Amino acid sequence: MAKPPTPPTARGTRRSLPPQALPWLGLLALALALPFFMSVLPWLKAWPVDWLLPLADWINAAMDALAPALKPTTRILSATLEWPMLALRDVLQWLPWPVLVLAVLLLAFHASGPKLAVICLLALLYIALSGYWRQAMNTLALVGIAVPLSLLLGLLIGIAAQRTKIGARLVPPALDVMQTMPTFAYLIPLLVLFGFGPVVGLIASAIYACPPMVRNVHLGLSRIPGEIKEAATFAGSSAWQKLFWVELPAAMTQIKVGINQTIMAALSMVIIASVIGGFDDIGWEVLSTMRKARFGESLLAGFVIVLLAVVIDRISAAYASKDSTQRTPLLAGRIGYCGGGLLLLCAAFKLSGFDPSITDPAWAKAVATWLDTRLEGIVVAYGNALTAIKNTLFYYYLLPLRIGFSQAILPFTWGFDFTQLMRWSYAIACGVLALGLSWRSGWRKGLLLAALAYLLYFGLTGMPWLVFGTAIILLAWQAGNLATAVFTGLALTFILVTGMWERAMLSIYLCGAAVILSFLLGSALGVWAATRERASAVIRPIADTFQTIPLFVFLIPVLMFFQIGEFTALLAIIAYAFVPAVRYTENGLRQVSPELLEVATEQGATPWQIFWQIKVPLALPTIMVGLNQTVMYAFAMLVIAALVGTTGLGQQVYLSLSAADTGAGLIAGLSMALLAMVTDRIMQTWARKRFAGMASTAH
Amino acid sequence: MTPITPALECRNLWKVYGDNAEERLKQYAPTNAKQAAECSTALSAEGGIIASGHINLQIQPGEFFVLMGLSGSGKSTLMRCMSRLTEPSAGELLLDGADFLSAKPKALRQIRRQKMGMVFQHFGLFPHMTVQDNVAYPLRVQGINPAERQRKAQEMIELVGLEGRENAYPHQLSGGQKQRVGIARSLAVDPELWFLDEPFSALDPLIRWQMQSELLRLQTLFHKTIIFVTHDFMEAVRLADRIAIMKDGQVVQVGTPQDIVLNPATDYVAEFVKEAPRTRIIKVDQLMQAAPAATTTTFNGQALSQDMTLEDALSWSAERAGELPVRDQNGQLIGVITPERLAMALGNTPGKATSNSDRQSAQPPAGVNS
Ligand SMILES: Nc1ncnc2c1ncn2[C@@H]1O[C@H](COP(=O)(O)OP(=O)(O)O)[C@@H](O)[C@H]1O
Ligand SMILES: [Mg+2]
Repeated sequence: MAKPPTPPTARGTRRSLPPQALPWLGLLALALALPFFMSVLPWLKAWPVDWLLPLADWINAAMDALAPALKPTTRILSATLEWPMLALRDVLQWLPWPVLVLAVLLLAFHASGPKLAVICLLALLYIALSGYWRQAMNTLALVGIAVPLSLLLGLLIGIAAQRTKIGARLVPPALDVMQTMPTFAYLIPLLVLFGFGPVVGLIASAIYACPPMVRNVHLGLSRIPGEIKEAATFAGSSAWQKLFWVELPAAMTQIKVGINQTIMAALSMVIIASVIGGFDDIGWEVLSTMRKARFGESLLAGFVIVLLAVVIDRISAAYASKDSTQRTPLLAGRIGYCGGGLLLLCAAFKLSGFDPSITDPAWAKAVATWLDTRLEGIVVAYGNALTAIKNTLFYYYLLPLRIGFSQAILPFTWGFDFTQLMRWSYAIACGVLALGLSWRSGWRKGLLLAALAYLLYFGLTGMPWLVFGTAIILLAWQAGNLATAVFTGLALTFILVTGMWERAMLSIYLCGAAVILSFLLGSALGVWAATRERASAVIRPIADTFQTIPLFVFLIPVLMFFQIGEFTALLAIIAYAFVPAVRYTENGLRQVSPELLEVATEQGATPWQIFWQIKVPLALPTIMVGLNQTVMYAFAMLVIAALVGTTGLGQQVYLSLSAADTGAGLIAGLSMALLAMVTDRIMQTWARKRFAGMASTAH
Repeated sequence: MTPITPALECRNLWKVYGDNAEERLKQYAPTNAKQAAECSTALSAEGGIIASGHINLQIQPGEFFVLMGLSGSGKSTLMRCMSRLTEPSAGELLLDGADFLSAKPKALRQIRRQKMGMVFQHFGLFPHMTVQDNVAYPLRVQGINPAERQRKAQEMIELVGLEGRENAYPHQLSGGQKQRVGIARSLAVDPELWFLDEPFSALDPLIRWQMQSELLRLQTLFHKTIIFVTHDFMEAVRLADRIAIMKDGQVVQVGTPQDIVLNPATDYVAEFVKEAPRTRIIKVDQLMQAAPAATTTTFNGQALSQDMTLEDALSWSAERAGELPVRDQNGQLIGVITPERLAMALGNTPGKATSNSDRQSAQPPAGVNS
C-alpha cells in the first residue's frame, strides 16, 4: 500500500507511467467504449428491475410482523413519555410569560453576566410580543423532555463505549451511521410503531441528539490523565466511587460541551419532527405558513426559532465553558431570594387575574403584511432578474452536471443545437488537452481533466453505473487504502441492488453542485476574514449563529424569492453548508506561523506568492477538514431541502415518511448515510496520508 | 537476632509486555540468573519488552528504598508491579510475608485503603476537588464521616505546610504546592507502605531540594517503608537507606549510597557515580580499619565519628597525624583511620576490603533499622 506521496515530477512521468495509472487507463477505455453498447445492453445504463433485491419489502414484512407484538410495549412507552411532556407543556403555558422571562434573565446572568442577560431579555421579549409564546413553549416542552432522555442515553452509551470491549467496537460505527442518517429517516419506523403524534418527535429527538453526548463522554473519560485514575484506584475506590466521584466529575468540562451540543441537536430535531404535525409548536407554525406561501408570517415565526436557539445555546454554552470553581458574586447564595421573588410575582399575576399573554398582536400582523407586500413588490420588480439568475445557473451549471452537455445543450436552453460535429470536436479537443496536460504536469492532472470532460458530457445521471462505481472505488483505493475501497464497493453495491442508484446520483449531483458553490463562497469569505480583522469581526458571530439555527429555517428566505424546485433547494443547502468552509479556512490561514511569513517577506516574496506558496499549502489540512464538514452539512441539509422540492434520496425519504413506508424510507436513508460515510472516509484517509507529518510545520 | 519479615519482597518477579507474555514465561520458568538471561533474550527476540526481569528484592520495614535508573529502565513498572497497579507477568510478591498477588480485588482494595499510599510524578490531583477534598478523598471512599475526614485532612494539610490553601483548587497551586497536596493525600490514611514515583522530577531544582528535606523530615516523624523512584542519582544518594540501580528492566546493583559510590558494580553504575560528590557521600566507617588493641586505652574522646562524611573527616584531621580513633554514636571506639587513608579515598581506589561483601546483596547492611 506504500505509495510515494510526492507528486511525480513532470520529467519522470513523461517517460513511463507509474503502475497506479494503469487501472485508470483501463477504466478510461471502458468508459469510452461503453456508451456505444448502451443501446444494445440496456443493463449498462440502468440496473434492471429484475435484478433488484426486494429489501424494502422484506423490511416492511418484518415490520408488519413485529409491530403487533411490539404495540403493547410501545403504547406503554408512549404513555410514560407523553404524560411528563404534557405536564411540562401545561406548566410552561400556565406560567405568566414575564415570570419565565425573568427566570431566564437570572439564569443568563448567573451563567455569564449582564451582556448575555440583555441578549436573552430582548430575544424572549420578541418571542412574547410576536404572539408566538404558546408555540415556543410547546416546542420547549418537547425539548425539555427529549434532552434529559438523550443525555441519560448518551451518558450510558458513552460509558459503555469507553469501558467495554463490545462498546468500543460497536459504538463508533453506530454513531457514524446515526449522524449521517437523514433526520426524517428516524421518524419513519417510529411512526409505524408509535402512530402519529408528538411522542414520535420526542423519541426521534432523544435518539438523534444523543451522539454528541456519547462522543464527548467517551472523549472526556478517555482524556483523564492516567495518574488521576490511578490515584483514585490507589485510594481504594470501588468501581462506582471511581466513576462517580472522580472520573465523571473530572471529565465534566468535556461532558458539558456534549450537553450543549445535545441540547442544540434536540432542538433542531424537534423542529424537524414538527412535519408530523399535531402539536401546535413553532416548527409547525413555520411549516404551515410556508406551505400557504405566507412568508411574512413564516419569517416572523422562523425568527422565533432562531432566537430560541440562540438563547438556549448561549446559556448552555456559557455554563459549559464556565469554570465551576468560580461563582458569580452577585447571585451567590441568593438562589432562595430569586426563587421566592419569582414565585411571588407568579402568585401576583395569578391572584390579580391579569393575563399578560399576547396572541395575534396587531403589530406582528402589520409587519407580516408589510413584508409580504414588499416581497411581492420585489418579486414583481426584479422578477426578470431573479429568473435570469435562476435560469443561468440552472442551464449552464446544474443541467450539465445532471444530464451532461449531451442532453443539456438545446436551442431552448443554450440557444443552439449540439450537432454531431460539435460532439466529436468536443471529444477530440478534450482528448488532446488531457494528453497535453498529462505530458506537461503529470498523469493525474490529465486524468482529472478527462474525467471532468466525460462527466460533463454525460452528466451524473447519464453516466453508466459501471464507470462511475469503478471510478469511485479506484479513487477510494488510491486516495485511501484497501479497506476504504472495500467499504466503498459494498456501499455502492447496496445502493445499486436496492434500486437506489438513480436517486443516489441525483442526490450526489445536487449535493456536489451545492458543495462546489458553498466551498467557493465559504473559502473566499474565510480568506477575507483571515486578512481583515474587521471582516472577521462581522463574519465570525454570523457564522456562529448560522451554526445554531435549526436547518429548517434556511428554507424560508430562499423559498420567498424562488418557487419550489431544485434551485431553491440548492440555495438552501448552500446557505447552511458554506459556514464550515468559512470557519476552517479562516482558522487554517490564521494558524500559519508569522515567523514563516516574515522569512518569506525578507526573501522578497510578493504577497500573492506568500499567499499561494506558503499560507495555502500550510493551511490546507485545516481547509480540507472544512471541505469535509461542508460535504457533511450538505448531505444533512439535502433531506430537509426535500421539503421544497428535490428529487433523489431525500425526496424518497420524505415520500416514505408521508406514506409511512418503513422499508423504502430506511433504505433511502441508509443509502444517503452510506454516501456521506464513503465521502467522509475517502477524504479523511486521503488527508491523513497526504498531510501526515505536516502538523508540526503548520503551527 | 530473629530475622525481620521484609515489608515487601519480590521473588523472581517479571513484567513482560507482549503477546502471551505470561504463557511464554510459564514455559521458560526461569529460576536462576542464567536462565533468566536466556529467557529475556528469547522473549525480546519474539518482540516482547522486558520491563522487569527476574527481580529479587527485600525491602525492610521502615527502610527508605530508592529505585534509580535512566528513563525507560523499568523503575515505574517495577514499582507499579509492587503495588499491583499493573499485574506482574510472573513471580512472587510478599507483603509482610504474605502472598500479595493472590489478593482478590476486594481484599486488594482493602489493603490499599489501609496500608498503602502513592505519590505521582504529575501529582494526579483531582481537578474538580479542593485541596481539602483531595486530601480527604481516601477517607471518603472508606465511608468515614465528614467531620472526622475534615479533621484528619486538616492535620495532613498542616503537616505539609499548606494551611490557608484548603479551599484552593489544584489549578490555583504551584507545582511544589500541588505535590504537597499529593503527599498529604497519600499520607491521609496513615499507610505503612509509601510509594513515590519521581515525585519531585516535575519541580524546579530549588523546590526539589526543599521538598527532599521536607520528605526526610516526614520520614523521621513516621518511619514509613518508602519505595521511591527517581532518575536523579544525587536525589537517590541524599534520601536513600538503600538504592537499587536499574537498567533495561534488571536490577544491576543494590546497596547503600556509599556502597555504590565506593564499589560501582558495572560501568553503567560507575557512570552515575562519577558525577557524585564522593566526599559528601563516603563516610568514615567505610574506610576505617579495626582498632589495634593498644589504641583502646589512649582514646580520650577526641575522635572522628562513624557517620562523618569524608569531607568533614578530612578537615577535622588536617592538623593531625597518625592513627585517629573513630567512635560510634554511643561514643564507643570502633576503629582507627589515618589522614593518608582518608586522602586516598578521594581517588578512585577505595578500600575494597570493607564493602565487597555488600555488593549485589539484597540484604540491608547491619545497623540499618535495628
Ligand atoms: N503499557 C506498556 N506497554 C508496553 N510497554 C511498556 C508499557 N509500559 C511501559 N513499557 C515499557 O517498559 C519499559 C520501562 O518503562 P518504565 O517502567 O515506565 O520506565 P521508567 O519509569 O524507568 O522510565 C519501557 O521500555 C517502556 O517502553
Ligand atoms: Mg517512570
